[in-house]
Amino acid sequence: MEQHVSIREPLILGDKTYHQLTEDISRPVEGKANRLYKILLTISSLLALWGVMCFAYTIGTGIGVWGLNKTVGWAWDITNFVWWVGIGHAGTLISAILLLFRQRWRMSINRSAEAMTIFAVICAALFPVMHMGRVWVAYWVFPLPNQFGSLWVNFNSPLLWDVFAISTYFTVSLVFWYTGLIPDFATIRDRQVKPMMKKIYTILSFGWSGSAKQWSRFEEVSLVLAGLSAPLVLSVHTIVSMDFATSVIPGWHTTIFPPYFVSGAIFSGFAMVLTLLLIMRKVLHLEDYITITHVELMNKIIILTGSIVGVAYLTELFISWYSGVPYEQYAFLNRATGPYWWAYWSMMTCNVITPQLFWFKKIRKNFTATFIISIFVNIGMWFERFVIIVTSLHRDYLPSSWTMFHPSFVDIGIFLGTIGIFFTLFLIFARTFPVIAVSELKSILKSTGENQTSSVSKHDEH
Amino acid sequence: MSTKKVIYGIFDDDHALIESAKALKTKGIRVADVFSPFPIHGLDPVIGIKPTRLSNFAFWYGVFGTLSAVWMTWYMMISDWPMNIGGKPSFTWLENLPAFIPATFELTVFCAAHGMVISYLLVNKIYPGRKPHNPDPRSTDDKFVMQINTFDNKRVEEREIMDILKNTGSVEINEKVLS
Repeated sequence: MEQHVSIREPLILGDKTYHQLTEDISRPVEGKANRLYKILLTISSLLALWGVMCFAYTIGTGIGVWGLNKTVGWAWDITNFVWWVGIGHAGTLISAILLLFRQRWRMSINRSAEAMTIFAVICAALFPVMHMGRVWVAYWVFPLPNQFGSLWVNFNSPLLWDVFAISTYFTVSLVFWYTGLIPDFATIRDRQVKPMMKKIYTILSFGWSGSAKQWSRFEEVSLVLAGLSAPLVLSVHTIVSMDFATSVIPGWHTTIFPPYFVSGAIFSGFAMVLTLLLIMRKVLHLEDYITITHVELMNKIIILTGSIVGVAYLTELFISWYSGVPYEQYAFLNRATGPYWWAYWSMMTCNVITPQLFWFKKIRKNFTATFIISIFVNIGMWFERFVIIVTSLHRDYLPSSWTMFHPSFVDIGIFLGTIGIFFTLFLIFARTFPVIAVSELKSILKSTGENQTSSVSKHDEH
Repeated sequence: MSTKKVIYGIFDDDHALIESAKALKTKGIRVADVFSPFPIHGLDPVIGIKPTRLSNFAFWYGVFGTLSAVWMTWYMMISDWPMNIGGKPSFTWLENLPAFIPATFELTVFCAAHGMVISYLLVNKIYPGRKPHNPDPRSTDDKFVMQINTFDNKRVEEREIMDILKNTGSVEINEKVLS
């Protein structure tokens, strides 16, 4: 048997049995929504509605309604795109990379983190599609035969790589998520008494029966999909960073971008996972499953990735000075001391300084402090993308065209709208789907449940 | 018509079920299937389930993805309509290869992942609308159900199978006659 369990913190608190796990995870699906849930859902769906209206206005009138100008041709849209894609990365990291490293603490959080990935990628994809202007011909980005236009798509362009990366990432994450959901839907299905609920969950569970052969295939598929998703998630943000790195804009044209973007993505994604889970464990009463141990482990990943991001910022500054290129040097001087100094220093404070507080165990193991810092990181990472994009563009090679970027109400409305869409989808998910991978959790109950681990240590004392 | 009788041994612990399956195996009794709320590690060799070959399939789907990307980039960028983009003409596929790597990688992952999941759904025979065939609804909750077909084990008395199940910790034994 596994000996290490007695010295590790339990991952499931309370005196739980298999049946109790089923009960706890089915409760949000079967029970009535509480007041807090209804309030949150109303606010987020109103925001989503406002976003949809701003989208409609953009489509009807054209992207001139955004604050973009001749000098700053990319601003909030791409900032939001990169921000949302980055947030999605934590879900895949938790479900794929931590699975390959056999980290058991992933099991309580992977389902909701993967849901977050999918909803974040949906929000992200809206921005480049919108920025195309004529959204009804958005399918032209795919390699379709010539009669749709005059030429094939350009495989030398990082923007086309993005099309491949994002569509692969979205669909693969979706099937990975759903494959894991099937057995848990079956668990919910088999305890329903109302015919309508039974019918819905029978369809959702694809008629899963949990026979030995099915489980053997299930494990194989999970492992291979994890193995495929791990390099995939790294490639996606690498390719996103190449949208910038392959250009000749000072501040963008750097080889550090791929690793810097990937660690930034994981950093911001974990912050968003924490923001969501700390709310969810309260609203859905999952305190026994999403414990301080889980939060502490995630905070450690935040220290690591946050420090990598900090080192990347400093490296960029050093290299711009060391390169001796005046344009490059000016780009960074302008970032830190130019008209957008406030954005740069918000980014530095939120991303480099605040996560370092997690070195203190007291802060790392405190729910409120974690929640506050996670919000800081979310804001900081948004500013990071804004700083990279807007400060590099707004003062280009020709001083006569230097300008500032001012977001219009549509820019703001669309951004708030995607936050609304994201939270609406997540809230609906939280009340209709099993929010914790219950079948996986059952398989580790005996080795990591509180009652079991304590009985092991009692046994050792004899 | 001969009646087909099935015995279901129900357990509330995965280790007890494995031990019971081992005991049955030593008597030469064949276990038809096991239904459980989570995968039971170490059970497959005991009840004679061969390792799945799904990952081999995934590999070949991946190879297919790579080859289609190679063909696509060659046909579109080199053969059908070569373009001179930014002073970098498309003469040969190999010369332009670095720019084709990202799309090739993504398409490989895309085909391997989706091909494997589609195969998984097909061989497992699970799809929306299929009726579940687990014998006891508790087998997705907290019970581990072992199915033994009496017609697979003609040499052994039914009584004997049930005794082994009972002695090895089965909490409940049910019989069912298949028509």
